[in-house]
Amino acid sequence: MSGRVTRFEQSATQGPTTVDRIHADEFDDALADVLEGPAVGAPLPFEGVSLPQDVTRNPTPRELRNARIGVTPVGPAVADLGSVVVRSGAEGAEQISLYPDTHVAVLAASDIQPTIADAITEIGARVASGLTSAVLATGPSGTGDMGSVVYGAHGPSSVHVIVLEDR
Amino acid sequence: MSDAEQSTGATRGRSSSRAEKAARIRELLATEGEQIHGNVSVFNEGRYRRYAELDETEEYRAASRRIKEESIDRLPELIEEVTATVEANGGVVHLAEDASEANRILNEIVADAGAETVVKGKSMTTEEIEMNEALADAGVDTYETDLAEYVLQLADESPSHIASPAIHKSKAEIADLFEETFDPEAPLETAEELTAFASDQLADRIAEADVGITGANFITADTGTLALVTNEGNARKCIVTPDTHVAVAGVEKLVPSMEDLSPFFNLIGAAGAGQDVTAYLSLFTPPVETPAIDFEHPDVEGFGEATDREFHLVLLDNGRMAMREDEDLRETLYCVRCGACANSCANFQEVGGHAFGGETYSGGIATGWEAGVHGMDSAAEFNDLCTGCSRCVDACPVNIDIPWINTVVRDRLNEGADPSTFDHLVDGLSPDSESSGIGLGKRLFGNFETLATVGSRTAPVSNLVASSSIARRVLERVAGVDRRRELPQFARSTFSTWFNAREDVTIENPTRRVALYPDVYTEYIDPERGKSTVRVLEALGVDVMVPDVGGSGRAPLSQGMVTTASESAEAVAEALTEPIAADRDVVVIEPSDLAMFKREYERLLPEESFERLAGNSYEVLEYVYGLLEHGADRDAIAGPETAVTDSSNGERAIAYHSHCQQRTLDLEPYTVAVLEAVGYDVVTSDVECCGMAGSFGYKSEYYELSVAVGDRLRDQFTTDDRDERIVVASGTSCGDQLDSLLDRDSKHPIQLLDPVQQ
Repeated sequence: MSGRVTRFEQSATQGPTTVDRIHADEFDDALADVLEGPAVGAPLPFEGVSLPQDVTRNPTPRELRNARIGVTPVGPAVADLGSVVVRSGAEGAEQISLYPDTHVAVLAASDIQPTIADAITEIGARVASGLTSAVLATGPSGTGDMGSVVYGAHGPSSVHVIVLEDR
Repeated sequence: MSDAEQSTGATRGRSSSRAEKAARIRELLATEGEQIHGNVSVFNEGRYRRYAELDETEEYRAASRRIKEESIDRLPELIEEVTATVEANGGVVHLAEDASEANRILNEIVADAGAETVVKGKSMTTEEIEMNEALADAGVDTYETDLAEYVLQLADESPSHIASPAIHKSKAEIADLFEETFDPEAPLETAEELTAFASDQLADRIAEADVGITGANFITADTGTLALVTNEGNARKCIVTPDTHVAVAGVEKLVPSMEDLSPFFNLIGAAGAGQDVTAYLSLFTPPVETPAIDFEHPDVEGFGEATDREFHLVLLDNGRMAMREDEDLRETLYCVRCGACANSCANFQEVGGHAFGGETYSGGIATGWEAGVHGMDSAAEFNDLCTGCSRCVDACPVNIDIPWINTVVRDRLNEGADPSTFDHLVDGLSPDSESSGIGLGKRLFGNFETLATVGSRTAPVSNLVASSSIARRVLERVAGVDRRRELPQFARSTFSTWFNAREDVTIENPTRRVALYPDVYTEYIDPERGKSTVRVLEALGVDVMVPDVGGSGRAPLSQGMVTTASESAEAVAEALTEPIAADRDVVVIEPSDLAMFKREYERLLPEESFERLAGNSYEVLEYVYGLLEHGADRDAIAGPETAVTDSSNGERAIAYHSHCQQRTLDLEPYTVAVLEAVGYDVVTSDVECCGMAGSFGYKSEYYELSVAVGDRLRDQFTTDDRDERIVVASGTSCGDQLDSLLDRDSKHPIQLLDPVQQ
């Protein structure tokens, strides 16, 4: 398992993504380290982990647009590419991961799959049982359309993944 | 009007349309060329890097191909399945037979949603049907949110690339455009400032839009899932922000199941722009549960409960079902629109999609798309820009034979061309069975073998006559042969004549027996490389015979003269049957002819006949490599100590340009290995093509493009550390191009190995 986490970390950090490997009981501190400015979030389904009070749940459109940071759970992830899957339902993880400048993605180590094919198989099973939105995201949004590569086009300009090594 | 007047008119028409085409290309070379070359080269190099880095590249390509074949085969069934699935999910499916029906449907959806504005993700399919214009006619404003499309919308320009539509625009041009359009408070200079400004503008448009419209890269029939391959995140926003989403997609985007997506996902970022993977691979199964965001009520909590969403899938036919029934155009439907064929194309790299493109699509595969969805006139505009160099064949993530699609469309254009009464002038020189409407230039180039036979028989007089300034002017006006090009000089005595007149050479206990194919260029123009080949092979213990066989059909095929090429193929296959049956290997000097035997003949010959010839044919240096590997005596052939070159005696350093089709056959390494084995220091070019590409560089409308492509090669061979090196090229036309660009002559590699140095 830790080999897969290491592989994920190596792949993800080849690009501009940052990765923090922690245990669940260190989550509050790890998140506090990266919270800067207004933050919005989607509920975290990991045992012993929850969003702190200063992260707004069910944000209004104004709060969403003004947020600097969006915290969402992600999974599965792809070790080969450093990609994470944003699954979204009524809680709005899709928009929360997309509108703010920084996406803080919280990932259980056990959800890291080796390849895209593995991740697609898992997403396929979830789609069959009702999942309607899954985005395999690798790094921040980007564009080369304005003369050189710029991170942060319509989506976040930075992505920070917190890996819960004991989840 | 008399016939004579008519024909003069027709000729003048042709030469003036050539002049117009040349002027258009000249303008694009000057205005957009550098920008396009810079951008596309990065994509091209990135694809090479990633394809090489992945162990499974060929596996993914084969799987993608198989999935597309299956999907198109089962298309009617998949359309039924996806209709049922999407409707069970709560969406609506519309089948649009053509562009106007699609636009009518889209207008209805937008009107029903009470929409004043629409935001849109990048979609070539909506460009194809000119959706924005149709919505505007109904009073609805559509905003492009992909940053490149946004730039084009502001500039009122058309896409220059199938995947990166504003690839022709420089940062400075975009800055000027924003300055003129918006007069921003602070000047916008950097890419970061431009991007931030544009996405701010568009965030407002997305917030106020009533409908989001996107394309789809794939649609899975089993789940009704749309797969979108993107980088910016705008398509995601267009889908999840307004409460109505419409996806417009060609029917060919359907694949059976979610499981089918991974081979494409693994390659499409690399194929398109050299990315390991794009930032987002989105899988939406609409209507999505994620709540819409009502920016009109900015302080009302929106999340926590799914909103009522509306989803429409507009599946577009617009010629696709007919393409599916068309044996040759069908492959076009496997295209995933990544742009790899454009990125790997030497001509595209210089002029981009504004020259190498039709109404909507651009690059090599565009000939198939435009012929299928917009018709032959649109394809005719740019089809000639595909030289058949075949470099895109290695680049395409679904293994589409793009040069073949271009050849077939060219053939159909030839058939549909207006007959001209002027053509009888060259009838004697062009004994083909093609329709009489084919252009004179095409017939001249297509029947080069006949021309060469006559030219060689009457050399040197034919060379002098052809070179006279009057002849060159006539040749340019009538047949479009650019007078700035040096014409090939016909040899007085052919290669076969030399071979047959030789005293009998008997090789004792030959290691191999070879039938050396006397290609048209070796036969009539450059017999010396044939002689060198015979001497090298014999020195290595091989028994050589030269069969009595004509041209491979490469020249007519390059002009789209498929019938004539097929006749040549059959004649070659027949003439080589006996030598092959007698255990002779077929050795070929000219790479473009070997590529005929190994690639195109599959389309022109019965399977058994093709496999026999393809399986027994070898490029000459590949063959020499094999002989040396199997113990032939390296010292029997020449190396740097004994070879005499034009530039210097004993020079060890070589600059080698392989041939485009030779590279596609993966045969470049053998030449390099042999030259190194005998003691040379070899550097190679890394351009996709020399730009000559057979007859392409001779045509007056394309001469300047040919030279622009060639200049990249010249630049590589004239750097300080390379400009003394011996120039070596495997292809005849590469050699001609290099000779015209450099002040030192090129050699065929076999000539450096010739034990009898002239």
